[in-house]
Amino acid sequence: MNAPVYVAGTGIISAIGNNVAECLDALENGRAGMDQMHYFDSAHRQRLPVAEVKMKNEELAKLAGLPKPKSRTALLSLIAAKEALNNAGIENLTSLRTGFISANSVGGMDKTEKFFTQFLTDNNKGRLRDVINHECGSVTELVADALGIKDYITTISTACSSSANAIFFGARLIKNKMLDVVVAGGTDSLTKFTLNGFNTLMILDEKFCQPFDENRRGLNLGEGAGYIVLVSEKVAATLKKKASVVLSGYCNANDAYHQTASSPDGTGSFLAMTGALKKSGLQPADIDYINLHGTGTQNNDIAEGTAIKRLFDPKYPKMSSTKTFTGHTLGASGGIEAVFSVLALRHGVIYPNLRLQTPMKDLPFNVETKFTRNIEVKHVLSNSFGFGGNCTSLIFSKV
Amino acid sequence: MYIRATGNISPQKTFGHQPWVDAPVAYTTNRLACIEPDYKEFIDPKQIRRMSRIIRMGVAAAMECLLEAGVKIPDAIVTGTAYGCLEDTNSFLSKMVEFNEELLTPTSFIQSTHNTIGAQIGLMLQCNNYNNAFVHRGFSFESALLDGILLLKEKEAANVLVGAIDEITNTSHTILNRLGLYKQGPVLSLDIYKTKTKGTIAGEGASFFLLANEPSATDYGRLKGLHTFYKPEGIAAIEKQVLSFLESQSTSMKDIDLIITGKNGDATSDETYRQLLQTVFTGKDSINYKNLCGEYPTASAFALWLAVNIVKTNKVPAVPEYTGSAENKIKRVLIYNNYLGIHHSLFLVAAC
Repeated sequence: MNAPVYVAGTGIISAIGNNVAECLDALENGRAGMDQMHYFDSAHRQRLPVAEVKMKNEELAKLAGLPKPKSRTALLSLIAAKEALNNAGIENLTSLRTGFISANSVGGMDKTEKFFTQFLTDNNKGRLRDVINHECGSVTELVADALGIKDYITTISTACSSSANAIFFGARLIKNKMLDVVVAGGTDSLTKFTLNGFNTLMILDEKFCQPFDENRRGLNLGEGAGYIVLVSEKVAATLKKKASVVLSGYCNANDAYHQTASSPDGTGSFLAMTGALKKSGLQPADIDYINLHGTGTQNNDIAEGTAIKRLFDPKYPKMSSTKTFTGHTLGASGGIEAVFSVLALRHGVIYPNLRLQTPMKDLPFNVETKFTRNIEVKHVLSNSFGFGGNCTSLIFSKV
Repeated sequence: MYIRATGNISPQKTFGHQPWVDAPVAYTTNRLACIEPDYKEFIDPKQIRRMSRIIRMGVAAAMECLLEAGVKIPDAIVTGTAYGCLEDTNSFLSKMVEFNEELLTPTSFIQSTHNTIGAQIGLMLQCNNYNNAFVHRGFSFESALLDGILLLKEKEAANVLVGAIDEITNTSHTILNRLGLYKQGPVLSLDIYKTKTKGTIAGEGASFFLLANEPSATDYGRLKGLHTFYKPEGIAAIEKQVLSFLESQSTSMKDIDLIITGKNGDATSDETYRQLLQTVFTGKDSINYKNLCGEYPTASAFALWLAVNIVKTNKVPAVPEYTGSAENKIKRVLIYNNYLGIHHSLFLVAAC
């Protein structure tokens, strides 16, 4: 049960790039993905910036290799999952037991919204093909079928921690010898439903977000997908390109404080980070970099920061929120940030927390403001916290 | 592992651990709604008002299960739901369309997330432990149950609260009707297997289970095994899965005393079960359950509830197709369910 689970491949699409290489280049050159809405349509177009994937659905379908555009959420998912599998380069995939564990927050809502405008005028109206993939699981199945994966398929939805949970559930299926290979992560496209939901909560920033800044105003929503390919030790040994990263720790804990707000002392975050460290057998001082949940809301950043202070004081690892580049991609964020964490280990790099002006007064540490290269990164902690108090931390380590 | 306690809100009188299904409740529509309990015993009245129907049902079923188990804080809470909180989703979505993205309030959005029920249970119990939510159509409950089984196996938990929740709303019923899922015209729920027509009847439910590593005096039964498979190619593939599942459990068909099938009254769908009853399941006593709870993606949770009650009481509900005799002790029950022919699952339940 304690056999290591290796990361054999990574795949990503986000506002800063359509693949791993493009995203890494944007991270290195400080190019953020937020902008005015160009592809996504909302009544809040003039007021709220978002971090869009810079392609229309038709273009995404072409890139994904699908004849017809489906839900954007599925298109993003398929593009990133394909890249991850290609990157892993597993030769005899069909002879292995393979799973697809994907996360998303609102399934095919982008199409359901379209259906509803017609349906509300007359219940006999609205094209059924726009609502048929409403379920979160349908989005996963569209992608699993396109990838030809059928040994184990499931979907997790725990708001913003969804794909972190998908990743470690996948790892457990390998540890329990049920599967040999798992493509795990998550996807979400921008939807009016989510944008308006966050807008009613008054946690959206009308400017570009500034996580961990004293004067932070909220978050920017983003879209994208991120997947990693997890493999057993046995499969890892057969790879031409040696897998150098393992998922060494993970923990899911609940804040049990409020449906949408974090407790002031970040109980859930603290428990998730502590549990992940325990699982990995590491000490806080072993962590070289924390990819923060860092949404940019008043509430998240102080809760997460307080939990980090309690766990790491006085020796802090380097930290940053890559949501300053990608926006908050919700159900995809844990997957996207897992890819960034793996890349930090593979390439020995650490990403900046963009737009930091005034560090938070109540926290004794500073986040990174510059891209750092050529340093040894051995262990990375990735935090994902969500509505419903769902907190998950993952630790990736170099072997 | 052991199933120590249950809590089940369904279209039958299943809540409150009453003597059950001796006289099944019959319905004359294609929509079977849950018989809801008085929630005041289980939830603070102030909170009840804020919760939508599916959240109330889920939380109350979970609370009844924990009360019966005598467990205050479970080591993990795992839920499965295919559709999530539909009424809240519908409410926010409708207003958003109607008012062109203006004048919206957050409550229904907050409650629309798929992990709301698990989160609300965690919040009420002040439970900081593992909390997860699976949302994969006809595998939602099975995935949640697998997560629970693995947590026990990994010794990450000594007990796990696992539940399935799905609701029908006016909107979802209208849309699924348009998709051709349900029978049209007059329907008698208890007689759906007599018809040879297209479509099934819509159901819903909130079923929770307390799984534990260690036995207790009040256990319902043991969950010996669980297996799922996706889009099998033809009947032979299903038969192969059934037999290899039994083999993996070191058992064979001769040790199975009862089969619970997921027949739902749809002529095409039931054909699969009819064929299996002539091949791998031949000569076995069997009963169906979707005439009691209706068809929905997490209906297999109702079947598990039925199975553990059968092995505990050695009583089979008053259903006409059951040919067995009460004198034969029912020690092992095999559940075979499929949802839309896509999601197939097998559960092996044994008496303690």
